[in-house]
Amino acid sequence: MTKNTTFDGRRWHDMGGTAAGPVPTDQHDFSLWEKRVDALMIIASGKGHFTVDGLRRVLEDMSEDAFETMTYYERWIASVNQNLIEAGVYTTAELGQRMSDVAARGTTYGEAASE
Amino acid sequence: MPHDHHDHLSPSGHPYRPDDDHPLTYWQQMEIAVRELLIEKGVTTAQEIAAQIDTMDARNPSHGAAVVARAWTDPDFRDDLLQDASAATREMGFDIGPMRLIALENTDTEHNVVVCTLCSCYPRNLLGLPPDWYKSRAYRARTVKEPRKVLAEFGVTLPDTTTVRVHDSTADMRYVVIPARPAGTEGWHADDLATLVTRDSMIGTGLPKSPDIA
Repeated sequence: MTKNTTFDGRRWHDMGGTAAGPVPTDQHDFSLWEKRVDALMIIASGKGHFTVDGLRRVLEDMSEDAFETMTYYERWIASVNQNLIEAGVYTTAELGQRMSDVAARGTTYGEAASE
Repeated sequence: MPHDHHDHLSPSGHPYRPDDDHPLTYWQQMEIAVRELLIEKGVTTAQEIAAQIDTMDARNPSHGAAVVARAWTDPDFRDDLLQDASAATREMGFDIGPMRLIALENTDTEHNVVVCTLCSCYPRNLLGLPPDWYKSRAYRARTVKEPRKVLAEFGVTLPDTTTVRVHDSTADMRYVVIPARPAGTEGWHADDLATLVTRDSMIGTGLPKSPDIA
């Protein structure tokens, strides 16, 4: 009658000791937008708007799917953004408006990043 | 410049990430919006962001290599480093930040390797940003369970008599490995020794270069 829904006591990010394939050797150079995400995290957390634990909380609340389908700094900007909204630095409405404005500037990162 | 870099490698030997002239992604759109809002709200400035990027870009494994080479040549510094790596590296002028840094010394009988099973904690203030493999599921998952197999994938095969110790980093505590000084380097100056110290040797997935091929 009971379905097999055993939970082994870990969430997806707690992956130490689990089985996995060979360690990938691919390496990429960080692009400007990724470096900017890193800088925003360091600056905003350094000024007390949130903590590294806040960053990790949101990352860990993402599904395992996000780990597989989003890049590292894509997950980071999603988490930085959520932490900043929770901290009241700006509102969801302000973010939505600004993202629309950004997209309206052009179809490439270079165009959209230039006001 | 051609728009397609797929067949090209950067000076570091890695493929280029898509350039700024590639289609805007949703997450890039969010980064631009968040950055602009933070500037408008007075949280930061464009100059401060650029300066932070410059600071991060300037951090690289040569900083760690200088620390290792000094530990190899200055016994008092080695003792200080093993006692309190944060203080010892700060004293050398490195901005280690609030994180606690712990130095792990490899010996003839013990080899240390560093991982962050939960996320990607890395001694970034000393070595720069972590390599992609350090953040991979495979490295995070397997290193604590089958370190010798993982090390073998990196070309490091240790004798069975060598104890392998795996250290799992945390958000507040980072490790750096002090590899064993290569034989045949007696009398070398610290600056020359530093050229033998690789990034991977300070994570534990590599060994220093041999003086014969350096």
